Amino acid sequence: MDRKGGNKMKPIVEIKDLSKNYFNKKALDNINLSIQSGKVVGVLGPNGSGKTTLIKILAGLLRQSKGEVLIDGHEVGVYTKSIVSYLPDRNFLYNWMSIQDACDFYKDFYGDFDENRFKNLLDFMKLERTMKVTSLSKGMHEKLNLSLVLSRDAKLYVLDEPIAGVDPVARDQILDAIINNYNENSSMLITTHLVRDMENLFDDVVFLKDGSIVLEGNAEALREEKGKQIDDIYKEIFGE
Amino acid sequence: MEFNDNLPIYIQIMNLIKSSIASGEIRGGDKLPSVRELSKKLKVNPNTIQRSYQELERENIVFTQRGMGTFVTEDQQMIKDLRSNMAKDVVHSFLMKMKKLGFDSNEIMDIVSEWIEKEEIK
Repeated sequence: MDRKGGNKMKPIVEIKDLSKNYFNKKALDNINLSIQSGKVVGVLGPNGSGKTTLIKILAGLLRQSKGEVLIDGHEVGVYTKSIVSYLPDRNFLYNWMSIQDACDFYKDFYGDFDENRFKNLLDFMKLERTMKVTSLSKGMHEKLNLSLVLSRDAKLYVLDEPIAGVDPVARDQILDAIINNYNENSSMLITTHLVRDMENLFDDVVFLKDGSIVLEGNAEALREEKGKQIDDIYKEIFGE
Repeated sequence: MEFNDNLPIYIQIMNLIKSSIASGEIRGGDKLPSVRELSKKLKVNPNTIQRSYQELERENIVFTQRGMGTFVTEDQQMIKDLRSNMAKDVVHSFLMKMKKLGFDSNEIMDIVSEWIEKEEIK
C-alpha cells in the first residue's frame, strides 16, 4: 500500500496477451496481468486451470506460444532467472543429498543465496543440516524447499502450491515463514487451491479458469464489493 | 484467528482492536504491536494490518509516533465514545434479532432483566 519505497509505478511483472498451447490443448489463453513491487498476489484455480503453466513461464522453464512476459523490464532469460526464486510444486532435490548438500547446491547456483537467512529458517522449521533428503516427510520436504527458496534475495518469489498436502502445524509454519520473509522491495506470486488457508496473505487475487483470468482485483476490494470472503467467491466461480 | 464475517479483513482487525480498547484490555496511551508482529500473529498480509492502523488513525483512535510505533489515544472522551458506540451496535443487532423472533419490547425487557439476575447470582 502507501508505504515508502519509490518506483511503485513500474510493475515487477508485466504479462501481455500471453497464450500457451500444449500441441492443440490451450493451457493459457490470452492472459494479461501486471504485478506491482511489494505485493503478494494469489493465483487461484482448481487443478488444470493453468496455474503451474503460468508459473513455469515466469520461472523460465517453459516458453510461451504467444504474447509477452517482462520481469523487471526484461524478457524471461538469464537475467530474470537471477532475480526470480521459484518453488516448484514437486521435489527438486537429488536423493543423495543431505540438507547441507542442498544448501551448498543453492549457494553454488545462486549468488543471492543468503546462508544466514537459511540457517534461521532451518532453526524455525526445526530441520537439521545432517538430515538426508530421502528421510524427510512430505511436510518437512515442503519446509526445506521453501527455506531454500526464501533464502534467496530475489525480486520475485513464485511459489507453486506451497502448502499442498502438509499438516496444519507445518502449514502454519510455512505461512509464518512467508510472512516473516515478506518485504516491500520484492513481490510474491503464490498459487493455491487452498484458498481459505491463504487468502489473508494476499494483496491481490487472480482467478484462473481453463487458462483464462475470470476475475482479478484487490482482495479487500473484492470482499467489500461481494460481501464475501475470497474462499466463498472461489466456490461461487468454480462451484458449478 | 479466523476471519469469518463477510467484511474486509482490515475492518475485522479494526474491530478487534476497538473491542480490546473498549474492554480495557488495551488502555489509553498503550503501544499497539508493530505491523509486523500483528501480521505474524494473525497471519495476515502486513499491508492489511497497515491499512487497519491507518484507518484507526483517521478515526483518531490511535496515533503514530515516528520511529516509536502506534499508540492508543489518551483522549478518555474518545475511548468513552468508542465504548458507547460499540455497545450501541451490539444492542441494535440484538434487538433486531429478537424482533425477528417475534418478541415485543416488553418481552425483551423481561427476558433481559431475568437473565441479568441469573448471571448475577452466579
